Amino acid sequence: MRTLRAWYGAGPTHLLLTVCSFAVAGYAGLRLLGGDVVGLLLWTVGAALLHDLVLVPLYTAADRAVRALDPRRDASWINHVRVPAFVSAVLFVVWSPLILGLSGEVYAAKTGLDPAAFAPRWLLITAALFAASAAVLAARSLIARHRAARGRPPARPGA
Amino acid sequence: MGGKAGRAGRVGAAAEWLRARLREGPPAGPTRPEFWRSPLRGPWLTSVLGLVLLAGTAVVFATGLLSYAAYNPDLAAVNDRTPDKGWLGFYLFAWPTRPHWLYRLTQGVHVTLGIMLVPVLLAKLWSVIPKLFAWPPVRSVAHALERLSVLALVGGGLFVFATGVLNIQLEYVFPGSFYPLHLYGAWVFVGALVLHVGTRMGLVARTLRSRRLRDELRTPAARTTAEPPDGTGLMPPRPAAATMSRRGALGMVGLGSLALLAVTVGQSIGGPLRATALLAPRGGEPGAGPNGFPVNRTAAEAGITAADTGPDWRLTVRGGGREVVLARERLLAMPQHTAALPIACVEGWSTPDQEWSGVRLADLAALVGFPPGAAPDVLVESAQRRGSFGSAALRANQVADPWSLLALRVNGAELSADHGYPARIIVPANPGVHNTKWVTRLTFGDPA
Repeated sequence: MRTLRAWYGAGPTHLLLTVCSFAVAGYAGLRLLGGDVVGLLLWTVGAALLHDLVLVPLYTAADRAVRALDPRRDASWINHVRVPAFVSAVLFVVWSPLILGLSGEVYAAKTGLDPAAFAPRWLLITAALFAASAAVLAARSLIARHRAARGRPPARPGA
Repeated sequence: MGGKAGRAGRVGAAAEWLRARLREGPPAGPTRPEFWRSPLRGPWLTSVLGLVLLAGTAVVFATGLLSYAAYNPDLAAVNDRTPDKGWLGFYLFAWPTRPHWLYRLTQGVHVTLGIMLVPVLLAKLWSVIPKLFAWPPVRSVAHALERLSVLALVGGGLFVFATGVLNIQLEYVFPGSFYPLHLYGAWVFVGALVLHVGTRMGLVARTLRSRRLRDELRTPAARTTAEPPDGTGLMPPRPAAATMSRRGALGMVGLGSLALLAVTVGQSIGGPLRATALLAPRGGEPGAGPNGFPVNRTAAEAGITAADTGPDWRLTVRGGGREVVLARERLLAMPQHTAALPIACVEGWSTPDQEWSGVRLADLAALVGFPPGAAPDVLVESAQRRGSFGSAALRANQVADPWSLLALRVNGAELSADHGYPARIIVPANPGVHNTKWVTRLTFGDPA
């Protein structure tokens, strides 16, 4: 037991679970790799790398850039940018093939529907999200000012 | 001889140098724990996101396996998009015909919930990103295996989500056919998930007991602090001040999921709500009137010509050594039955029940000598020239259902060309692509 821990770095349950997990993933993985091996490794490992080394640094940098505009700690307006930007971004991440019209011709031929409808809709949804966020921020600021004028302690917006 | 010794010496020196670097600690940038600043990162947030993701993944995986069974891949080669599935088809069963909305429900849930999990998946990966750069990269054999498994988990997970999301948008850029990639990818993902859940569940349970959800949801950004250090490597040792509460972060992720639900689910509900599916592929109706509901593949795209469906069109019914050839008038002269059934696609969209009318499949089996109650499996072939699913096999239980029709009319009108004129299959709870359109031949008893 102690030898196993020293050599392996974890207990026997971990070892058994690991073997089970690798066996299932391997059984399916061999079938997955039965096709275009290079393409598949590019897609799976590439997806992880693209996410971890491109997407995450990109949105982190964007977030820090917005935050740098106002270094005050209670700059709670930042969340009124973050939230609509996040929602708009996830809509884009999921529906980008339609929004960018990548499969436009196939889409039109197969479904009989208009592939050009999606980009303007996404832009309008994004506009509506930011407008709603601005309205909430304005309402919160008004309430805070109103309270301050009445001499009550201001409730910090954006929490 | 001297060369060999020199090489061994150099390798030894390199190994010694590497060991020294590893002992010294993280070299730079993201491998240093101080690089990460968000006070929200920590086991509590990761646990909540992980648990939501686990519950959602379980439902999406189960409905995915059901969808695989719904194709009856074990019935005939034409139904089997994954002939090398091996034991991964261990659970297959005769897909039922009732309730008639079954596939509409399971596949609508599979696609819509899968889409809603995307923000949760991205947030979960954000919360654990420091672990990617953990130093030293490998601490033990167990740790090395875990990291390899996490690569399969993250790579496989992103792959399954990506293939699903691309396929429903008809963007076939992935390296191979959708069915094997999505099915085998899902099993790689779930195989890796077994280890991940097994090794983390104890920590998740302890963590969730350590902070009450209700208290956490009442804590504003001003009072949000980092969790106490606990050796999980998730928390920043030098956290910045919080600009968002945990409540805010979870709310933002939830809002992302709800927004995706709002612009998507209409395509699975149909009727007036279809128009609310603003970004989903089937948020529009291709036309108005009795045939105005969505079409999977238009006649033109399937390579159907006017000659294929003109007055010379005939239906050949074979089986038990017999063959009958029928013109459309002969079919219309047979007893006509109606059934209110949906079209439900593997892509997740569906229609409300449409009123189909035509000849029962069981009656067509009787034409070639199969008595009522003894109708066998059937192979259905289409005039379709392009694209997959030009033929499909239906199981005996599907043929026997009184609502299973060779439909000639829909909603009181002739079928349109896009909906399969002169005749199409409609079977309750059947995946859309197995409701073959532009049918030319039925072979009973031999669905090979």
